[in-house]
Amino acid sequence: MNTIKHDVVVIGGGPAGLAAAIAARKSGCKDVLLIERDKRLGGILNQCIHDGFGLHKFDEALTGPEYAQRFIDEFNSLGIDSMLSTIVLSVDGKRNLYVSSRKSLTRIEAGSVILSMGCRERTAGAISLPGTRPAGIYTAGAAQNFINLQNIMVGKKVVILGSGDIGMIMARRMTLEGAKVEAVFEILPYPSGLARNIQQCLNDYDIPLYLSTSVIEIHGKERVTGVTVAGTDKNFKPIPGTERHVPCDTILLSVGLIPENELTRGAGVQMEARTGGAGVDDTFMTGVPGIFSCGNVLHVHDLVDHVSDEASLVGEYAVRYLDGEIKPPESYIKIEPQQGVRYVLPQKVSGMRDFTLSLRVTTPSRDRAVWVKDGDRKVARKKMIRLHPAEMIRINIKKEKLQGAKVLEVSVE
Amino acid sequence: MRLYKKIENMEKQYDVCIIGAGVVGNAIARELSRYHIRVAVVEKESDVSMGTSSRNSGVIHSGIHYKPGTVRARLNVQGNAMMSHLCRELKVKIQYIGKLTVAQDEEDIQTLHSLKEQGEANGVPGLEILDAAQMQKIQPGVGGIKALLSPSTGIICPYGLAIGLAENAHANGVDFYLSHEVSHISANGHGFRVRTAAGADLSCSVLVNAAGLYSDRICRMLGITEYSIYPCRGEYLILDKRLQGSLNVLVYPAPRKGGAGLGIHLTNTVDGNILIGPSNEYVDEADDYACTAQIIELLKKEGHELLPWLSTSDFIRNFSGLRPKQMPPEVKGFKDFVIESRKDVPGFINLVGIESPGLTCSPAIALMVRDMVAERLPLREKSSFVAERPGRVGFFHELPPDEQAELVEQNHDYGEIVCRCEQITRKEVLDAIQNPLGVRTVAAIKYRSRAMMGRCQGGFCLPRIVEILQKDFGYRPEDYILNSAGSRLFAGSVR
Repeated sequence: MNTIKHDVVVIGGGPAGLAAAIAARKSGCKDVLLIERDKRLGGILNQCIHDGFGLHKFDEALTGPEYAQRFIDEFNSLGIDSMLSTIVLSVDGKRNLYVSSRKSLTRIEAGSVILSMGCRERTAGAISLPGTRPAGIYTAGAAQNFINLQNIMVGKKVVILGSGDIGMIMARRMTLEGAKVEAVFEILPYPSGLARNIQQCLNDYDIPLYLSTSVIEIHGKERVTGVTVAGTDKNFKPIPGTERHVPCDTILLSVGLIPENELTRGAGVQMEARTGGAGVDDTFMTGVPGIFSCGNVLHVHDLVDHVSDEASLVGEYAVRYLDGEIKPPESYIKIEPQQGVRYVLPQKVSGMRDFTLSLRVTTPSRDRAVWVKDGDRKVARKKMIRLHPAEMIRINIKKEKLQGAKVLEVSVE
Repeated sequence: MRLYKKIENMEKQYDVCIIGAGVVGNAIARELSRYHIRVAVVEKESDVSMGTSSRNSGVIHSGIHYKPGTVRARLNVQGNAMMSHLCRELKVKIQYIGKLTVAQDEEDIQTLHSLKEQGEANGVPGLEILDAAQMQKIQPGVGGIKALLSPSTGIICPYGLAIGLAENAHANGVDFYLSHEVSHISANGHGFRVRTAAGADLSCSVLVNAAGLYSDRICRMLGITEYSIYPCRGEYLILDKRLQGSLNVLVYPAPRKGGAGLGIHLTNTVDGNILIGPSNEYVDEADDYACTAQIIELLKKEGHELLPWLSTSDFIRNFSGLRPKQMPPEVKGFKDFVIESRKDVPGFINLVGIESPGLTCSPAIALMVRDMVAERLPLREKSSFVAERPGRVGFFHELPPDEQAELVEQNHDYGEIVCRCEQITRKEVLDAIQNPLGVRTVAAIKYRSRAMMGRCQGGFCLPRIVEILQKDFGYRPEDYILNSAGSRLFAGSVR
């Protein structure tokens, strides 16, 4: 078996991996390798043919492939190495990788590794939907692949479970292709996706969204024939007497995304239950020296623009690690989510550099502020008119504010 | 789109017809394929192993649970002993990992001793009563004061065995009529005429009923009315492979009086998942594989108790199977297997109520049926019989990197991973698509290659498999079916 060496190895050629590789190259590293399992770069953006990407970063509404192409063009013009149609089988804690392609199985010794594998969709099995398992049950993303990349219609009469963004986008897409989308059902009392998608994908097409309602049984032996839905109480249990039957031939699931961290775990990286991703510091380095993480494999983002920004930083840090400029501090300042905050990222910082704190709130609210405190001392405060779990909040924090701090507590007040 | 290989002349003569391509029917077919006779298997589903044979715990039982002298006890111990050699020949994964039956109190300890006695009377090898310390050594963390160790208990890929038997039988000349539901049987004293809804018309001198959940219906077609099957559903949850290694051995509670079945427990699978289940609940229909909210909740609760480090994302799928019980719900309990050569219908070999441990018993049942066939037909061994199934045991991802590298060099299709969760290669998917029985369903690819069985449940690889079928095999959108004619995956092309 062949063994090769590279300074920076990026796993995944989606928006995170592309931005990370570009930033690593621009930070002066000449030996960057990006590994992508698909035959083309761009990741999931390739099947996201709707627009709305890049509003923050480019001040333009691009389609997924257009957004990806801007990065692919830059990646190519910088002459960065890539291995396409190549999958990473394993990574260990010493940054040795086994990668497989049609040509060969290869061992790679990496100076630093950037994990940017993205996320996968939660399935019917994962949410243990009662009933049968006939044909016609798809995750929204798989249906998007069939329709947008393979020209295949998955069904004609559709029920969507979960109000995640991909589900809502597929509600519109299926409608435009002639399917009847009966409704979107969401078990939570508020939608899971972005407000703009509720307007542009559901309201504009008269597709009803039922909150605090869920599918409680799937019917059909061969192909889906319908679902039973019911209103749910605050413990997400069906309310007796509210059941009704909705005939359909297709169920699309948009019930959450799970960061795809099997390689990460294999490398012995400590995981964070709240994000489903690696625990990282303010350089996005995981607990294993030289292994970094960014994008949806680290925490699920709502906007690709933020993925690109985050990954650009990580590309730079991965190079500075090689240059010996990044060393773990003697002690970290911990960051802890408190009242009203579902998660924070990073979970610890050195205090030696400015950083952007990313967080999500637990429930929707209005006219509140996100506080970052060191004991009773205010470190940062962001006033917001509208807070929603679907929207990631980012707060820039200067290193000057961190002097002497031990623990930062983040809360909604 | 054909669900089954077309058989040109639909009026055919056989010596033996077997109804049902579950593990029992296939084991019989494979055993009979050693001899100079013409054998056919008739199956209503589009593939072999679509019923109880693929929907169970995948455990090779030792034989401690059955009363000495019963057919079930004898065949269990015999089948268990045959299984390791059979799996080597058929390239089927099996692991004799052993089982602890655990006692919590004095009464349970008495139960362990009587199980040991019973097992020894049945001929179960190696039984041993362990104290708590010995038990902890085998499975750290297991709660209990004593345990009965049965080292001959194993785990197996149940559909892997059923498919292996069928493919080997087919290679040795057995015809498989898949998607052929038996619609009519007539007996004329010398033999049988079996007709199917799909138009096959077969005659045979010996007819074997291995129809499992439908065995009572086959009996009734021949005027035999004394048997009834009561489907009893067991639901399971499948856990993520992340938890592989949590369990070194099977752990069951000591059976208590009044308890039904062997109770809900954890079972490792040969592929690295853990199963929680099965439940125990009678249903009306022999194809009611629905899972229910109440049982799912119960299984999750049990799972969290048995594996405290379980997280909600570790549940990757639920499924259910049906036990072909002979006892109605109001009676419950076990009745011995029926394996009989009918005097009133000469040539009819009738198998009824083959529930657990039918998987373990299957090769021994096949020998018993062979002897019954031999009373009606001269069985002369074929010199051309090949016992070995081609290929190798296990998957690409289970090999060490050096061997993987070598395989990729030899065949580049090994280098392309199609299913990322299970790391199943294009070569393995292509082999499954081109399976020897000619089954062209998506479920057939799943059961043979393990693609789509991982934590993303095909979210990643189903689109890739669809693309392979389109590009390499010319599939159109309407050609993709999950497992039966009415289970089309797609509604057509985008307009």
